[in-house]
Amino acid sequence: MSLLAVENLSVSFHTRHGVVRAVQDVSFQLERGQTLGIVGESGSGKSVTCYSIMGLVPQPPGRTEAGRALFDGVDLLSCPRRRLNRIRGARLSMIFQDAMTSLNPFLRIGDQLIEPLMIHEKVARPAAIARALAMLDAAGIADAERRLKMFPHEFSGGMRQRVMIAMALITKPDLLIADEPTTALDVTVQAQILELIRKMQRELGMAVILVSHDLGIVAGFCDRVMVMYAGRVMESAPIDDLFYDTKHPYTRGLRNSIPALQMKGGELHVIPGQPPDPHHALPGCPFAPRCAQAVDYCATEEIRLLETAPNHRTACLRVQKEGMPV
Amino acid sequence: MALSPSIALAGSADAAGASSFWRDAWRRLRQNKLAVFGLGLLSVLGALCFASFLWPNLTGFNYGQQNLALGPVPPNRLHWLGTDPLGRDLLARLLYGGGISLTVGLCATAVSLTIGVIYGAIAGFAGGKLDMVMMRLVDILYALPFAIFVILLMVFFGQNFILLFLAIGAVEWLTMARIVRGQVLTVKQQEFIEAAHALGLREGRIIFRHIVPNLLGPIIVYATLTVPEVIILESFLSFLGLGVQPPHSSWGVLIKEGAEVMEEYPWLLIYPGAVMTLTLFSLNFLGDGLRDALDVRGSKD
Repeated sequence: MSLLAVENLSVSFHTRHGVVRAVQDVSFQLERGQTLGIVGESGSGKSVTCYSIMGLVPQPPGRTEAGRALFDGVDLLSCPRRRLNRIRGARLSMIFQDAMTSLNPFLRIGDQLIEPLMIHEKVARPAAIARALAMLDAAGIADAERRLKMFPHEFSGGMRQRVMIAMALITKPDLLIADEPTTALDVTVQAQILELIRKMQRELGMAVILVSHDLGIVAGFCDRVMVMYAGRVMESAPIDDLFYDTKHPYTRGLRNSIPALQMKGGELHVIPGQPPDPHHALPGCPFAPRCAQAVDYCATEEIRLLETAPNHRTACLRVQKEGMPV
Repeated sequence: MALSPSIALAGSADAAGASSFWRDAWRRLRQNKLAVFGLGLLSVLGALCFASFLWPNLTGFNYGQQNLALGPVPPNRLHWLGTDPLGRDLLARLLYGGGISLTVGLCATAVSLTIGVIYGAIAGFAGGKLDMVMMRLVDILYALPFAIFVILLMVFFGQNFILLFLAIGAVEWLTMARIVRGQVLTVKQQEFIEAAHALGLREGRIIFRHIVPNLLGPIIVYATLTVPEVIILESFLSFLGLGVQPPHSSWGVLIKEGAEVMEEYPWLLIYPGAVMTLTLFSLNFLGDGLRDALDVRGSKD
């Protein structure tokens, strides 16, 4: 059994201006110890996917329209809150995009760090503090003992993200969801934080879902990548296949947009156009209006994610019907 | 044995951590001269008032002891603050009344604080229908005329000192609940609350450990504003004959009596008025200072 199996997840937001279908029919599996990257631009539904797995989508206005998220056999979307609370923070942890605001400004770092331990494992305070010390050490925070007594505002952004990681991992979870963990950080710190997550993953043997809009970050980190666009999965493949055997025109556009892979001095590649307005769902492939390879049926036929090569799923209709269009 | 040093270390670090939050706050408070002045004045005044509560003859005169032959005299060596038309020593009455006024103020504020914070925090955190029902109830209670509410309480439960501040507290919490609810609405959308959910914390813990401490500033400021408000309310009730009964006194009673004869015997208004004004100023300064001192980010800003 997979550690996490998301099946046909659909989440929408019922707002005053109509229904926004944030995530549609997303399915994926994650094995123990594996790393999955979710890539997409802003509003593609990658964060909502993670938030709904964690039970963090505010309801209302959010609503899970369909689907299941089986974590070790337990459906996180339908299980009672009490049960969910026993899982998240203990076996399922999350770190957030903005470490500057993800720590409670009124609690000492130490108190926040040991909170999951004291709640989920009923560890006595001295033992919990000893473990927090070890965890801060492992997260690369020097002088951990003094740091425990400090408040979040006394830390830099990178340090806070380290604390967040230590807090998420202190209970040795089976799965860590990292929602753009490096977006708010300096480039120099980004690499350190990713390296830290990787080191912790090796030590604890946990699975990781890394959400990012940067295909480059995901490339060096994940076993498998899922590309999302307008709330739908466009392509899902092992990392090498995704890069060297790209099927979906959107993925190709993303890949070509990585500045580091382009010739120096040359013009940067961009995908023309804007993502579709989520309030007005159009029939057909959501990427069709921006797609250079689009043909007439792309705008009318419903897309589905199908396996087009072993272990490689694509939602592109032309790939499915005609093979690889280049 | 090998384990014990680390545990002892962790334990002592913890103890130091717990106490130094208050030590830090105290250090920041002391840097604020106005707050220190307020605190000092309040302590002296409070000590005097409660001393005279315990020993009514502290000043040499009892608060109820009349001297009709003497009548109203201005301040002199025997009666430091003068006497009222019944020949009662104003200083004795002022201190005794202060005891009652301060007790009522502090207790009613404590009651309103407790109810208001819990009620407002739950309503704000729950949101949706529960929030709406709870806040409409507050609106309804708001619409009830205060005097009628207190009179009803007095009728049902009899006239009682304790009941007086319970009644006042039971009215004052409405505003506190609204303030707290509004603040909770903003705080609960911040990312660290999301993070707390993601850690699997129970909702009660999120409310009272993660949200309420972030509201300390507005809560403390409003509480210090409530104390004077309650003292004034008490005087209003006493004026209606629902509050403190003669021969007992309170600041409200004294000011009311003084105001009636201010043209003939001005000292009867000036001294109680001055003492009450000083108290209210001190409370406001202290509240401001406390808000700054308890804000852990204050040391940085």
